[in-house]
Amino acid sequence: MKPAELIKGKFLLILLVVVVIMLLPSLVSNYYVGLAIQIFIMAIFAMSLDLLVGHTGLPSLGHAAYFGIAAYGAGFLYLAGMKNLWLAVFIGMGLGGLTAALFGLLALRALGAYFMLITLALSQVLWGIAFKWRSLTGGDDGLPGIGRPEMGMGIDLRSDPSFYYLTLAIFVLVFIALFILVNSPLGCALRGIRESESRMKALGYSVWLYKYLAFVFAGIFAGISGVLWVSYSGFVCPTYLGIDNSAKPLMMLILGGSGSLFGPSIGAGIIVLLENIVSGLTVRWSLILGIVYVVAIMFFSEGISSIIKRGH
Amino acid sequence: MKPLDIQALSKNFGGLQAINNISLEIEEGERRVIIGPNGAGKTTLFHLISGFLLPSSGHVHLFGRDVTNLQAHQRAALGMARTFQVTNLFQKLTLFENILLGVQAIQSSRFCFYRRVRSFREMMGEAERLLKEWNLWEKKDVLLKNLSYGEQRQIEVIMALATKPRLLLLDEPTAGLSPAETASVTSIIKGLPREITTILIEHDMDVAFEIAEKVTVLYFGSVLADGPLAEIKGNPKVTEVYLG
Amino acid sequence: MAFWIIQTLNGLSFSMMLFLVAAGFSLVFGLMKIINIAHGSFYLLSAYIGLTILRMTDNFLLATIIGSIVAAVVGIFMQSLFLRRFHMKELQQVLLTFGFVFIIGDACLWIWGGAPFSLPKPSLFKGSILIGSVVFPSYRLLVILVGVIIAVGLWIFQEKTKYGAIVRAGVDDEEMLRGSGINIQMVFAGVFGLGALLAGIGGIIGGPFVGVSPGVDMSMLLLALVVVVIGGIGSLKGAFVGSLFVGLVDNFGKALFPELSMFTLFAPMAIILGIRPEGIFGKMGE
Repeated sequence: MKPAELIKGKFLLILLVVVVIMLLPSLVSNYYVGLAIQIFIMAIFAMSLDLLVGHTGLPSLGHAAYFGIAAYGAGFLYLAGMKNLWLAVFIGMGLGGLTAALFGLLALRALGAYFMLITLALSQVLWGIAFKWRSLTGGDDGLPGIGRPEMGMGIDLRSDPSFYYLTLAIFVLVFIALFILVNSPLGCALRGIRESESRMKALGYSVWLYKYLAFVFAGIFAGISGVLWVSYSGFVCPTYLGIDNSAKPLMMLILGGSGSLFGPSIGAGIIVLLENIVSGLTVRWSLILGIVYVVAIMFFSEGISSIIKRGH
Repeated sequence: MKPLDIQALSKNFGGLQAINNISLEIEEGERRVIIGPNGAGKTTLFHLISGFLLPSSGHVHLFGRDVTNLQAHQRAALGMARTFQVTNLFQKLTLFENILLGVQAIQSSRFCFYRRVRSFREMMGEAERLLKEWNLWEKKDVLLKNLSYGEQRQIEVIMALATKPRLLLLDEPTAGLSPAETASVTSIIKGLPREITTILIEHDMDVAFEIAEKVTVLYFGSVLADGPLAEIKGNPKVTEVYLG
Repeated sequence: MAFWIIQTLNGLSFSMMLFLVAAGFSLVFGLMKIINIAHGSFYLLSAYIGLTILRMTDNFLLATIIGSIVAAVVGIFMQSLFLRRFHMKELQQVLLTFGFVFIIGDACLWIWGGAPFSLPKPSLFKGSILIGSVVFPSYRLLVILVGVIIAVGLWIFQEKTKYGAIVRAGVDDEEMLRGSGINIQMVFAGVFGLGALLAGIGGIIGGPFVGVSPGVDMSMLLLALVVVVIGGIGSLKGAFVGSLFVGLVDNFGKALFPELSMFTLFAPMAIILGIRPEGIFGKMGE
């Protein structure tokens, strides 16, 4: 019977994927483990943005701000000697959330393209601040040599496999949290806002407040990814706050799909793998990536297009 | 306490005077129909009442409260619901999700972010009840954009009722419907409980006269005539406006 | 005292150069709602090309003409082959321009390398003028003059010509423009090309004191963003006033407290956003 076979086939495939993910460090070299770590961190970043773009219909061009500020926060914390991962995650979530709380107040005064412009301007200025404040941030050179934090429980995060399982665990936790949020009354309301703000207002929903909450939640989750990234790479620099890092998760949503939780994760996988493969092949990886982005938008953009609202 | 009390309401857009010094009182339980030729300002009036437009001058009172400076969602929260002339529903959500958003709108749990909406048995049950009452339960998982125009106009009304309003504003609910669908919607509106004060904008005179207890005739943004149905029917100015 | 005069002069010349960049960015956004992240790339590309032309011919005017025209051509190419397919889909348009940032940026890196360059001044203006007791580099004065002339030219174009009226109408209400029977695509391509042209001129004019290197595209974009947010969207007056403000503040900031100069821009921007989100002279349009 075909349908039963299809279901069984799907189930086996999922099982295979889960097994591979669980056993990855024993299957492949550290290089690929590192790639997987990057994919999971970026997936968290992309999912956090999708909360705004896919679910609420708010196309934010400045999402890197929350990633970057959390990364710098964690970086400063570690360099100051407080190498506690959990503290860093907590602080990163706080920084991401607070920055989003501030930026949201300013950006949500506008709709559509104006909203996009403001989110871009705000995060770019943050980038500029990090760029110029050499004595604090190391400027363009960034802050290297940060080293892995400690997480207690007798686990040494300096080994990539250990860091991998930590990242995986946090990814799963974030996934579950977002799953609940996205399917909660608040999440449903966000999708209603995406579809028709005026209808939601007519029903009595305080639309601005919901958008603001989505903004702050997105900032909090983005902060988690920023902390994980600096904890993994041991390095933080202004690019984390720059437009590249704001456009990247958007490209992940375009390629992987928006409005679900798996889409951004798949998109993260595609972009991370793409970047690594291309940069390994040629010095001109930036040029190639630019061409890929343009081609991707030209041919794959249907998923996002219907989601972007002009605010009515 | 009157559900709706409008005093000297005016709205101009640049040079265009869309609404000109309108005063109106609606009693509790009333069935009021607003008629008038195209461009008379009927929908604009609805926007002013529901808060989608702010007036240039005048006051709007809902249930005794001055809501003139309140935003649309704040007015809706006082117990007013409206439908839109152009169907305004959540096209890419399922029928069930659409109705659920209506049901959820008046619940304190509508801000909850740490529990799945499925776990709110009462809300889910209420949405189910509504859909079954209107014989639309089998279509609950259909995306709204895949439903027929007639069904969508119906859902506009259901959506408004889901918030358990005390004042209902219906903007041309039968627009574009077949005679059978029109009859169906008309009987639904007539069958609404008296606790829901109903104001209807209608273009179809037959529907208007079947539902109305009192009629307000708008003409170029002003009230041309206002009174019980029989009076309006016999008013020569009204017939002139519609024939001229 | 001389310090302040010189800094003001430097600030003003920077402002004029910034105006050339910001005006194009603001017009494109006001008319087409496109946030052209590659706007800084026009600046960059033109500056590099100008550099090469200057090395070959030492003719500053020629360099300006060729550099800005190349930028304009690239701009028209971008708009008519790519951006126009995504009308009303602002997010896709932005991401498209972002792809071009990579392409143009890396192409420039490939051709000219990563070392920073400074464009040589035109031979006529290499010297200084003595006014009172202060020595002014004559080039800076030239930049201010050119900036003002172009600003006036743009104003005349916008206010006094038919084409300018079309653009103004479009910024206010695009629907109306569509209905009027004018070839919208020509208007869009023209404005986009004009924006690129202006940015290109800015790139060469700014070359002697801002220089050109990888990353200049992004720093110019950032300043243009701040100008537009403060001065207002889609407004020429706003771009001018905003550029004056940002140029002077940034210049004084860099001179007085270089590390924290961005805060001097961030604060006014946040304040304007709080009070009047569309900018001082901006129009919210939709």
